[in-house]
Amino acid sequence: MELQRFPGGVHPEEHKSQSASRPIHAAFVPRKLVLPMRQHIGQPAKPVVKVGDHVLKGQTIAEADGYVSVALHAPSSGTVTEIGLASVPHPSGLPDLCITIETDGRDEWAARTPIDWRNTDPAALRGHVRDLGIAGLGGAVFPSSIKLDPAGGPPIHTLILNGGECEPWITCDDRLMRERAEDILEGARIMQHLLGAERLIAGIEDNKPEAIAAMQAAAQKLGLTIEIAAMPTIYPGGGGKQITKTLTGLDTPSGGRTTDVGVQVFNVGTSYALARAILHGEPLISRIVTITGHVLRPQNFEVLIGTPMSELLLHAGERDGTTGIIMGGPMMGFDVPDMDVPVVKATNCVLAKSKELFPPKPRELPCIRCTQCVPVCPAKLQPQQLYWFARAKDLGRAQEYHLFDCIECGCCSYVCPSHIPLVDYYRYAKSEIWAREKEKRLADTARDRHEFRLFRMEREKKEKAERLAAKAQSKKAEAPALSTPEQDAKKKLIQEALARAQAKKAAVAPKNTDNLPPDKQAEIAEIEARRAKIVEIAKQPVEPEQH
Amino acid sequence: MLTAILVMAGIAIALGAVLGFAALRYKVEGDPMVERIDAILPQTQCGQCGYPGCRPYATAIAKGEADINLCPPGGEDGVKKLAELLGVEPKPLDETHGVTKPKSVAYIQEDLCIGCTLCIQACPVDAILGAAKQMHTIIASECTGCELCVAPCPVDCISMVPLQEDLGSWKWKYPVFRLKQVG
Amino acid sequence: MTASAHILQKGSVTRVMLLVLACLLPGVLAYAWQFGWGIVINLVWASLLALALEALALRLRGYPLKPFLSDGSAIVTAWLLALSLPPLAPWWLLLVGMIFAIGVAKHLYGGLGQNIFNPAMVGFAVLIISFPVQMTQWSAPLALAAHSLSFGESLSFVFGGTLPAGVALDAVVSATPLDTVRTGLLQQHTLDEIHSASQIFGSIGGVGSEWVAAAYLLGGIALWALRIVPWQVPVAFLAGIWLTAGFLHWADAGRYAAPWFQLAAPSAMLGAFFIATDPVSGATTPRGRIIFGLGAGFLTVIIRVFGGYPDGVAFAILLMNLCVPLIDAYTQPPVFGEAKKK
Ligand code: SF4
Ligand code: SF4
Ligand code: SF4
Repeated sequence: MELQRFPGGVHPEEHKSQSASRPIHAAFVPRKLVLPMRQHIGQPAKPVVKVGDHVLKGQTIAEADGYVSVALHAPSSGTVTEIGLASVPHPSGLPDLCITIETDGRDEWAARTPIDWRNTDPAALRGHVRDLGIAGLGGAVFPSSIKLDPAGGPPIHTLILNGGECEPWITCDDRLMRERAEDILEGARIMQHLLGAERLIAGIEDNKPEAIAAMQAAAQKLGLTIEIAAMPTIYPGGGGKQITKTLTGLDTPSGGRTTDVGVQVFNVGTSYALARAILHGEPLISRIVTITGHVLRPQNFEVLIGTPMSELLLHAGERDGTTGIIMGGPMMGFDVPDMDVPVVKATNCVLAKSKELFPPKPRELPCIRCTQCVPVCPAKLQPQQLYWFARAKDLGRAQEYHLFDCIECGCCSYVCPSHIPLVDYYRYAKSEIWAREKEKRLADTARDRHEFRLFRMEREKKEKAERLAAKAQSKKAEAPALSTPEQDAKKKLIQEALARAQAKKAAVAPKNTDNLPPDKQAEIAEIEARRAKIVEIAKQPVEPEQH
Repeated sequence: MLTAILVMAGIAIALGAVLGFAALRYKVEGDPMVERIDAILPQTQCGQCGYPGCRPYATAIAKGEADINLCPPGGEDGVKKLAELLGVEPKPLDETHGVTKPKSVAYIQEDLCIGCTLCIQACPVDAILGAAKQMHTIIASECTGCELCVAPCPVDCISMVPLQEDLGSWKWKYPVFRLKQVG
Repeated sequence: MTASAHILQKGSVTRVMLLVLACLLPGVLAYAWQFGWGIVINLVWASLLALALEALALRLRGYPLKPFLSDGSAIVTAWLLALSLPPLAPWWLLLVGMIFAIGVAKHLYGGLGQNIFNPAMVGFAVLIISFPVQMTQWSAPLALAAHSLSFGESLSFVFGGTLPAGVALDAVVSATPLDTVRTGLLQQHTLDEIHSASQIFGSIGGVGSEWVAAAYLLGGIALWALRIVPWQVPVAFLAGIWLTAGFLHWADAGRYAAPWFQLAAPSAMLGAFFIATDPVSGATTPRGRIIFGLGAGFLTVIIRVFGGYPDGVAFAILLMNLCVPLIDAYTQPPVFGEAKKK
């Protein structure tokens, strides 16, 4: 097969040998598992267990909420002790909704049912994929069930198994391919079936010869037709668009996805998880995590989702002088807010930092427009211009210059001689644009709803007038007396209800005593007046409530 | 000399015709200025500006009857955008109409609610659900935080809760440019 | 919270600037070899001025001194200006030039990375407009000079304006070949007459100065090999000069000098590799750089031939600096996966 070179890219020091030489360490069961609901892209999962429930390993504890969502399962047996906010691995450092499970050490499985995928309707099969919690394990954690749905786009002719693993330090896919290649290929077979892709290619960077050999051997054993390509080692060769270019020569359109050119890309870890789920009925409750950097024994671990990173660190031999943890690799990863955050589905690497390995960054200088960032950008952007616009908060121009084609690979930050954290600026600009779009949408709905309300009130007024006119015609005499008794009755009702509420309020909320009943009475009288001309109320400037 | 004048006149007539044609051909229905101002206003519909909603305020600005700095929910940012659109100098917010507060949504303490429907009638965007004598609830996603429902409630069971930043609404911050910091 | 990338390539603004200085060295050595001590004195004096003025400007603007002084950009500016001035220029000429280069062109525009114009060229332009006499008193090449000044003598000439007893000004300074041609043409001589009337012309350019130009070319190629400057700007700049001069020469060989003569002036090589390539004030897109270079080369010749100044590189580059935003905006290369523009 002829390989093509994607544009841009850099080649940082690899640091892979540290962790790649040891086999995958079997999973251990920590005392406590913390499972965030938001581990994938899309709607967070919805908890279906209560505090105090006993759960078995593999039991669903939260279900997919909508189409773009996946379910979540108990990684080990135990008791649900808490459902609430806890700290999660996220660059914001904000807590999020999590289910905490106190494990019982028995690690008792719930019933597992393998699925006969060849004889299952594709839609149902995708439903299983979703309910078994499968999301992209390469780092993007996009629900796999959606990526496996070929409908609504051009037909998928090629399925790429992504064994690029281009980030420095990380070796989890490398070890997985060396040790569990057969399962990976079994998973690929299911994916190929669902997508209807004719061609199956595995792209593996040429710094992993053992993995390539293992995959080739497994393919032969299974009799699977797959092209296995040794790609040159260039970061970010494992990016979706980049690997597509390398292996098929196809250029993904700007602003589009690889599926636009008929290529779907799955990480080898995802393929493995899919095989375990469909063929063995094991939902996604563990994954391979590289733990490396400033630790005594860098190694890959099979880790239960929800295991606190600090425990992982202990297992790999914590060292003095650890200054923090990066989740993911040094190019695209982020600092986690504290060491106790759990491993999630997206965690491919736990990288312990020290002053020596990750010295504090030198001070940032102004951009000198040296354009060293330009040739390394895999999206062929002009990073220095994007930076200029993002810094000036000129979001419109940034978007015009294809900000959203930036894959945040960090190549530009890596080479910048002025040490500008360029990606931080792009992330800021992107999330600001998203926030503004959201605000705009909300304002638009508010406008629509307000306009509808005005229309409704207009209509009601008209109807009422018509009704009154009709009534007046039929009962000419009674009409004038109508309003007073009705109003009185209403007033009385409200007062009664008010008294009840007041009593209740005193009982449930004794703090709120600054409003005495007499004031209230007067207020109600006013309310009656206001009620008739509710539109006028809206015209009056409202004093902020003082409590 | 005469030819020059004729040529100039000819050009003027031709250009005039083109402009006139364009004006007819691309005539915009309605008053686009009001629309464009309305698009900038935050649509909170709170009435703090002194008009019964954002659109009336937009109309007033377009007619030149109202100043651009009366809308507290829009804040300084909003004033700036209006100033830009209208080509005038931005000015500080007129504080007599209220101050900009963090975005909040109304919350009904449901066990106190007596079901009087007063709040429903006050809500400018129909974001309160409930029927007479039944407990009412705010649809938080539709609530604009206008506070109009707070005052009418006879039992004071509505309070404004500022929106907390969570993972869903979190934004990457503007990187601090540390040029001037000594060190 | 900082994000990607957590690792950085070894490299810094300081390194870039030091490499630029290193690549200027061959030119400097050739200069000293052919023209004497004057240029060395100028370079040292300019560097001292640059550091002092930069420090002053940073202090006034409230910026920390250390990171910005050590970035080396001020020294680069100083060298480029010093190399553009006559080697025996009086000390105050550099002082005035550097004040405009560092104080006005760089810091009034916002400091490192913000200047629209190349600071050294702004300094040069100010000087050539204000002090035309001093700016045309070039050292004579040692090969032709009646007297070669020793280091001490050069020093006292630069700072005191005094020549050793018995040495006339004409013995140490002369006009540049370019200037000689220009004045000659103004006096209605033909090129051939001018050539035969003066000894200053060497085999291609001027005696001595053609060696300096060659040394700049060497350093420039090294700079390109180190990937500090892109190839587009120097190539386009030299091509611009060659094409424009070639066309004029073809049209009237008696009035317009040969393209090689235009290229062999040291200012052309210095401009092509070290000044037009200044990233801050230059174009950033590949096509934009070609346009920038061609334009600067074209203007250089036009100003040399038709303008009132002895050289045109500085004005040409400053004029093109002005066009950079426009050039950049219209030469955006397609991004990955974007349909090629027709
Ligand atoms: S982070 Fe974005 S701009 Fe920078 S190199 Fe990567 S894709 Fe290009
Ligand atoms: S590498 Fe850095 S200094 Fe150079 S152009 Fe890019 S952003 Fe500017
Ligand atoms: S003050 Fe309230 S009603 Fe007036 S424009 Fe602003 S949001 Fe709309």
